[in-house]
Amino acid sequence: MSPDMLILAALCLPLLIAIGIAAAGRFPNVREGVTVVGSVLLLGVVIALAMAVSNGETPYLDLGSAAPGLSFTFKLEPLGALFALVASGLWIVNSFYSIGYMRGNRERNQTRFYICFAFAIFGALGVAMSGNLFTLFVFYEVLTLSTYPLVAHKGDAAAKRGGRIYLLTLLGTSIGLFLTALMWTWTLAGQNLDFVQGGLLAGLNISPAVSTALLLLFAFGIGKAALMPVHFWLPNAMVAPTPVSALLHAVAVVKAGVFTVMKVSIFIFGEELLNATPGREFILGVACFTIIVASLVAMTKDNLKARLAYSTIAQLAYVTAGAMLANEAGFLGGSIQIAAHAAGKMTLFMCAGAIYVATGVTNISQMRGLGRRMPMVFIAFFIASLSIIGIPPMAGSWAKYELMQGAINGGNAYVPWVLIGSSLLNIAYLLPIPILALMPPPGSPEPRPFKRPGGAPALTVAAPVFTAALCIILFFLIGPLADFLAPTVGSSAAAIATGVQP
Amino acid sequence: MIEMLLSSVPQWALAHAAPLLVMVPLMLAPLLALVPSGRVAWLVSIAATAATLVFALILLGIVQSPESGGIVSYAMGNWLPPLGIELRVDALNAMILVLVGVIGLLATIMSYPTVLAEVRKEKTALFYSAFLACFAGLCGVAITGDAFNLFVFLEISSISTYVLVALGASRDRRALHAAFNYLIMGTIGATFFIIGVGFLYAATGTLNMADIASKLPALQGSRTVQAGFAFIVVGLGLKAAMWPLHQWLPNAYSYSPSFVTMFLSATATKVALYALIRFLFFVFSPTFAFEHAAFTALLMPLGIAAMVACSFQAVFQTDVRRVLAYSSVAQVGYMILGVSVGTAAGLSAGLFHLLNHAMIKGALFMAVAAVVLTYKGTNIRDFAGLGRSAPWTMTAFAIAGLSLIGVPLTAGFQSKLQLGYALFDNGWWWAVILVVFSSFLAVIYVGRILEAVFFQPPVNPRKTRKEAPIVLLVPLWILALANIYFGISTDIPLGLARDAAAAAFGLEAFR
Repeated sequence: MSPDMLILAALCLPLLIAIGIAAAGRFPNVREGVTVVGSVLLLGVVIALAMAVSNGETPYLDLGSAAPGLSFTFKLEPLGALFALVASGLWIVNSFYSIGYMRGNRERNQTRFYICFAFAIFGALGVAMSGNLFTLFVFYEVLTLSTYPLVAHKGDAAAKRGGRIYLLTLLGTSIGLFLTALMWTWTLAGQNLDFVQGGLLAGLNISPAVSTALLLLFAFGIGKAALMPVHFWLPNAMVAPTPVSALLHAVAVVKAGVFTVMKVSIFIFGEELLNATPGREFILGVACFTIIVASLVAMTKDNLKARLAYSTIAQLAYVTAGAMLANEAGFLGGSIQIAAHAAGKMTLFMCAGAIYVATGVTNISQMRGLGRRMPMVFIAFFIASLSIIGIPPMAGSWAKYELMQGAINGGNAYVPWVLIGSSLLNIAYLLPIPILALMPPPGSPEPRPFKRPGGAPALTVAAPVFTAALCIILFFLIGPLADFLAPTVGSSAAAIATGVQP
Repeated sequence: MIEMLLSSVPQWALAHAAPLLVMVPLMLAPLLALVPSGRVAWLVSIAATAATLVFALILLGIVQSPESGGIVSYAMGNWLPPLGIELRVDALNAMILVLVGVIGLLATIMSYPTVLAEVRKEKTALFYSAFLACFAGLCGVAITGDAFNLFVFLEISSISTYVLVALGASRDRRALHAAFNYLIMGTIGATFFIIGVGFLYAATGTLNMADIASKLPALQGSRTVQAGFAFIVVGLGLKAAMWPLHQWLPNAYSYSPSFVTMFLSATATKVALYALIRFLFFVFSPTFAFEHAAFTALLMPLGIAAMVACSFQAVFQTDVRRVLAYSSVAQVGYMILGVSVGTAAGLSAGLFHLLNHAMIKGALFMAVAAVVLTYKGTNIRDFAGLGRSAPWTMTAFAIAGLSLIGVPLTAGFQSKLQLGYALFDNGWWWAVILVVFSSFLAVIYVGRILEAVFFQPPVNPRKTRKEAPIVLLVPLWILALANIYFGISTDIPLGLARDAAAAAFGLEAFR
């Protein structure tokens, strides 16, 4: 198949999977079979696409235009391919995990759950492969709408409230600010919204005031990037079942947000215009503020998922900060963070889910000594924590290193200190959890017994162990990864990445 | 498709499409009053609206064909234009005629079960008679090229509308009050309009709109013309429910029979708005309206006020029909805002939204009609749990609702984009912020209804699934799917709107 057709296949497969799930709704085993087979096929398609991209091709697909200047085009470049790989690859892991979790928990409406999941992947892949801002916006909204039923899945009052906040915040920011920015860009660029290497708006003689306003609209309008103060939807969305939190609120949805920020920075603004925009410094400051404050808030949370949610907010701000550094190392650091954080945070969430399924415990204070009973889960948690903190040999260390490099190159000397402070805070709020679970201090009360015989279902343990291993593997794959991303983020970054150890 | 139609119809239809378009429903209307059976009246109405739609498509085809020069002019009774009545179709009103035809046909098809349920049986035929008169009046307003004739048709449609609204009394007595209110307001509007036309006649000595337009440039600075302009704008603004002249609308929409609400919301205000545009851009030139009379400064605040204030009011309503009625006034605000930009891009955005909004509100009110038919109540609480008991109706309602918000992949989203482009292009970035703010309010007022429909348990649990009858579902889904189709491919409506805007500005093609 030609790369162009592969794009079409990658878009159609999730839809076909959704139809298949709906058709097989009455037979749970067939239904899950459809999900698993479909997601493996999808990963195959995405890998083939990524190979084509690494060979220097740019798969391109035009589905016609909605109105003059607004066309549905798809164009895959390395950063998008990376995001697509992350989303579709982790979907397989998550599917296995979901099966274990949803059955273990006896959740209702499972067919609707899997259908919405397939639609969410459709949206995420659309975002990843979009060739212009219009297409990206459309799929961004598909992602929002398809995940709303997932957040409100439980259907009780808390779930409905969380779902409502989720929908209103994301729709409100995207329609209120992002859409405004999109229309403004469209007008400025002369009815054009294509992603252009070097920046669509570059060389258009845009005044600093206008570019600052645009940047602010984009940065806060892309609510999925969870930059403060539009971050509050994320902790509220934690009412969702854990697989949703794991895949969507650690990988697909939030990564779609920061990915959009990256895309806008690189392909709409471009390095030069971004550097000439005074608002860039401000957004960088907001990102740093978000990193520190969200980490501090995370320390106060006893509910494990809430703590992870705030940790996610802080980690997402790394990517925004990387984009706002507006140089090659910053872009590279942000891009690596997308992949590294996905693997790490997904592990943490899946561990939280496994603990919940096995024991019903959601609070950290009740987890002391639990590691003796569920060693694999807490070891996976430990490894992923190290990756989030940024200790080699875990993938997260590269992202931090590149970001610091970018900050120093760009003359923002305070950013490395923020990152170091963030690492210290990460240590403080993440490491005690596995350490106290695995090595409880003498005299701690006995942890609660398993509520289900045999503890966590095997699938919910295997999945986090796998992604934890991924955190380590990604560390050693950094050279190829940097080479792969070079066409998007700039070639000189590759040399930095391969030459020096952090 | 239109070419096929043009080549297949006989010669007389091509030559006389313009008068036939109005005459068929107008002549059938009094005959229907004599028909004893409501069912026959319904079928005849379907035939009449279908015929009108065919003639409208023929006219559109002729206007679009290169040899016509973009204008179809028909002299009634062979009295040549400045003296006799002229029917004049160009890209602008061809679009409106097709809209009225399509909505009229779909509305008539779906009407029968709801009319049976909501109007007293012996009045069914009379009801259809009044409806056809109203329909003919609207077509007449859209097609005529004569200012006084426009007044006549405006009154034909208005008076029959008062009757139609009042017939809702068998369901809710407040319909009588609403109809009376509408009667007073509508008559004031029509009076203002005719006074304005009188002033223009005094100044120019002619009633033909093209002729008035050709004589006005010589009368620059004339107080008579300016007074006439003011009267006409207020009169037509009242009919178009331009804020703050919209007070009649929420009541009229809430208490009239559901079918009437659906038909009026999708056509009546649209036609009045068309007449306003016709006067602003053709009779008075854009230069006069927007430069000398500084009209932008008047229209723009009114459009914005409608958009924001009425969206707020919609948020606080408890009756679904009132929510949608206030939202209609707000949407008229978007159109007025687009028009007030005074550029071709702005006008085309306004007209584009006019088309899209007709589809959106048509579908929404049709779904409401279905709910009224099967479940009676129209309170938001009555809608609770309907997503389970009437999934088809409510899915269509949800699609149209999302389109009203302006969610991507729906027609409403495309209108917002075009409007935003026109506003940014003119440097009105603050107006864009207000537009998106108003969209956000739409998220809330539509979201409240959708949440009740899909996430709340029904008030009195209904054991059976009770969908609307098929004659209702089919037109409803045609409109709902049109919302999606025109959200993905806007070639047809945007092309129509751009042609119309180009015609309004006297351009060769849209720029």
